[in-house]
Amino acid sequence: MNRPAAVAVRVLRRPLVLLAVLWLLLVLACALHPELVTGRDPVDQDLPAALGGPSAAHPLGTDRLGQDLLSRLAYGAAGTLWGVLVAVLTATVVGVGLGLLAGYLGGVVDALVGRLADLLFSLPAIVILLVVVAVFPGDVTIAMLTFGLLLSSGLIRVVRAATRSTREELFIAAARLAGLSTPQILRRHVLPRLRGLVIVQASLVAAIALVMQASLAFLGFGPPPPEPSWGGMIDEARMVIVRHPWALVPPGLAVALTVLSFVLLGDAARDGATAAWATTKLARRRRRSGRRRTHPTVPAPRHPTGSAPAHPVEPAPAGGPGHADTLLSVRRLSVQLPGGPARGARTGTTVVSDVDLDVGPGEIVGLVGESGCGKTVTALSILGLPPGDGQLTGSCHFAGLDLVRADDRQWRTVRGRRIGYVAQDPMVSLDPTLRVGVQLAEAVRRHTGLGRRPARARVLTLLRDVGLPEPDTAARRYPHQLSGGMAQRVAIAFALAGDPELLIADEPTTALDVTRQAEILALLARTSRERRLAVLLVTHDLGVVAALCDRAVVMYAGQVVESCPVTELFARPRHPYTRGLLAADPHRASRAGRLPTITGTVPAPGQWPTGCRFAPRCPLATESCRHAPVPLDRLGPAHAVRCVRPDEDRVAA
Amino acid sequence: MVRLVLRRLAWTGPLLFVVSVLCFLLISLVPGDPARTVLGPLAPPEQVEALHRQMGLDRPLTVQYLSWLVAAVHGDLGRSVSTGTSVGPLIASRLAPTLSLILLATLTVGVVGTALGVLSAVRGGPLGRLVDVASVVGLAVPGFWLALVLITWLAVRWRLFPATGYVPFGESPVGWLRSLALPVAATSLAAVTAVAKQTRDSMLDVLSRDFVRVMQANGLSVRSIVYRHALRTAAVPVVALLGVISASLLGATVLIENIFGLPGLGSGAALAAAQHDIPVLQGAVVCYTLIVVVIGLLADLAQAWLDPRVGAR
Repeated sequence: MNRPAAVAVRVLRRPLVLLAVLWLLLVLACALHPELVTGRDPVDQDLPAALGGPSAAHPLGTDRLGQDLLSRLAYGAAGTLWGVLVAVLTATVVGVGLGLLAGYLGGVVDALVGRLADLLFSLPAIVILLVVVAVFPGDVTIAMLTFGLLLSSGLIRVVRAATRSTREELFIAAARLAGLSTPQILRRHVLPRLRGLVIVQASLVAAIALVMQASLAFLGFGPPPPEPSWGGMIDEARMVIVRHPWALVPPGLAVALTVLSFVLLGDAARDGATAAWATTKLARRRRRSGRRRTHPTVPAPRHPTGSAPAHPVEPAPAGGPGHADTLLSVRRLSVQLPGGPARGARTGTTVVSDVDLDVGPGEIVGLVGESGCGKTVTALSILGLPPGDGQLTGSCHFAGLDLVRADDRQWRTVRGRRIGYVAQDPMVSLDPTLRVGVQLAEAVRRHTGLGRRPARARVLTLLRDVGLPEPDTAARRYPHQLSGGMAQRVAIAFALAGDPELLIADEPTTALDVTRQAEILALLARTSRERRLAVLLVTHDLGVVAALCDRAVVMYAGQVVESCPVTELFARPRHPYTRGLLAADPHRASRAGRLPTITGTVPAPGQWPTGCRFAPRCPLATESCRHAPVPLDRLGPAHAVRCVRPDEDRVAA
Repeated sequence: MVRLVLRRLAWTGPLLFVVSVLCFLLISLVPGDPARTVLGPLAPPEQVEALHRQMGLDRPLTVQYLSWLVAAVHGDLGRSVSTGTSVGPLIASRLAPTLSLILLATLTVGVVGTALGVLSAVRGGPLGRLVDVASVVGLAVPGFWLALVLITWLAVRWRLFPATGYVPFGESPVGWLRSLALPVAATSLAAVTAVAKQTRDSMLDVLSRDFVRVMQANGLSVRSIVYRHALRTAAVPVVALLGVISASLLGATVLIENIFGLPGLGSGAALAAAQHDIPVLQGAVVCYTLIVVVIGLLADLAQAWLDPRVGAR
């Protein structure tokens, strides 16, 4: 099936779009052959029937001269469509042409075209048009040509920006290397990708041009009476507005429906023409940052189980399960995201299943695994902020509360005050519009109730504590004026503002360059020691775990697969996945030989195997591994592993 | 910030120059003799010839333009062809209604549009869908048509507001507000829906950003996150749009003033166009361009105030 036809079919399937198309076809038919729509002459005056409502003789009623409104609408369509066509063609030709030139050539041409677009944009359109109609009375074509020119500034900008970004992409470079000429590249690679943009812009131009044309005719600069035009009909209706308001309806509806149709059709055509692009782009984005973008919602604290607020405060089990003195004790925590792996699926997708996790006071625990294993979701779920509308089950005991069932009021005493949070990329984790000091002061005041001045002093102390040598200067900076390392220090200060006992740090060094990484890790270690601050450190870097952590929890495909003290993790890893990670760690690999890797990738949520989830990638997997889910077994007081053969010797992973 | 203002202002001079040149060129294309247009087809040729010379039309185009420019720089925009009054004072006398209309409409659009957008982003659900639909419908309903509908119902049927006329603010602030209520409503509707949509999209985008989650995770209040932090960031593109809209409302005033009988710049320009009164039109174009520049400057300043990164660029 050829592409345009496929697009057309897809687009027409939407009822609203189909209606829009039918309406535009009707208007087009009127423009070409009005006599097919109505048998009456638009200037035929049926004076006895003047100012009549809809009747058998005059389906849409008559005006003050007894002229038939339906036939006037039908005969007015041609002029209307012609004006729109002129404006759209002018705007598109000028806009796309100049936009392509500017975007592709850059340099002086780009600067000149940019200025021209600015100029066109700054001109007061309707007044210019008034000048034009004063100079060329009654000439709709020249007026709409001018209007199209004025409207082309939007297209110039859009096309220019899109061309620039396309040009910078690799495949254009490849095309150039392959010896294609500039026009060929533009035609083959750039234009097709602009189609969606141009269609939307052109439909907007059509909509605006139609209204402008009606406006001019309304002001009396359209075709001279008695020749019918839609804007002129509105003007005629104005004269009898008190006696016969009905006359406003037909021309008003005709304009509104046609404009609506243009807009709807433009949107639909864009969606159709760019469907392939949009889906791949969306998919890419979702994969990269799905955890926060899947469903933008209001940051209203969520009640994970729905019945949460009424729930009584559950005291933590005496001493907490597992360790004797546990600060945070997570048991069987599962996270379900709404919507299945296939779109429209009724059941949710489990992205984290039955996670057990303990953090003792002052302890640094590493949460390790490849991307997509559920580390970040676990960390955010502990804070009651799972991505999307994630549903939590299980328990999460902290400071005498079960966080899974905590209500807004309880969260207020926990977030920031007892648990702090540091995100991965410091450059986007601060409010870009406010000075650092102002943001920190807000957090300090909220958590401590301090007044303005003491809070300010506290902010300076915090900034000094996180190693910023000139806290005064730093407090006056905006986030974009900070380097990555400085910004992450500020972000840590933000998390420490309420003097929490637990810090959840989600890959706090991943976005930084190597020297800054070491500094931030040292800062975390020092802070933890000095404040007896427990840290749950999400990371994929085993070097970080070795340097900083007391214990490590290894996650794979939404499950904990191994959990043990760090010394043991490196000395005696029991799970094949842990061994694979260790072997693949570039810090530890031997110089000679290739860096070993774990073959394959982490299966996506919803595609987890029924048996051991690592089995498909495991060098030791046997049939028995694939049958049933593997439980997390305790091997000793502090070591747990999810493997049926934990004692199997290390085989080349 | 200062650089931003200077850059805007530096752009103003060339812009006005180009606009006036364009205008002049356009006018020079007028077929026939403006003097003949003024005097009518029945005037004797000698009289037309005299006026022709008197209007300076026998000089070369560049000289004509330069003399206009020199006079314009000194505040003299020429004389109306139809009434013979000086263009400068004529335009000045028509500024108040137009500026009142623009100011009130922009205020309405900004406040109502932003409030609707934020509410629909935060509450979601039916209100969100309503804003989505309204933004399309708003574009489709021509303001001048809406104005006529408003007049029919609110002014003629229910007599809530005067149908036409303008009451200066100095005369009666309440009367001023009443005389502008319908014109403002008719001009604002489409723009309100557009701003609501932009605010909603922008808020949803910002609310999904990392810093919002970080603030939430660190226990800042929801109210502060939404209205202090997210709204401030989300307002930047909204203000940019508001600037564009406010400039386009200026165009709408031509029709709206005409319908409601407001003695403003727009109805003046339409009248001048009908009478082929080129000097008045030319003055109006210059005045409109200046207003557009000022609106752009204000929008830039507001954006720079909201987001320090804008001013630093």
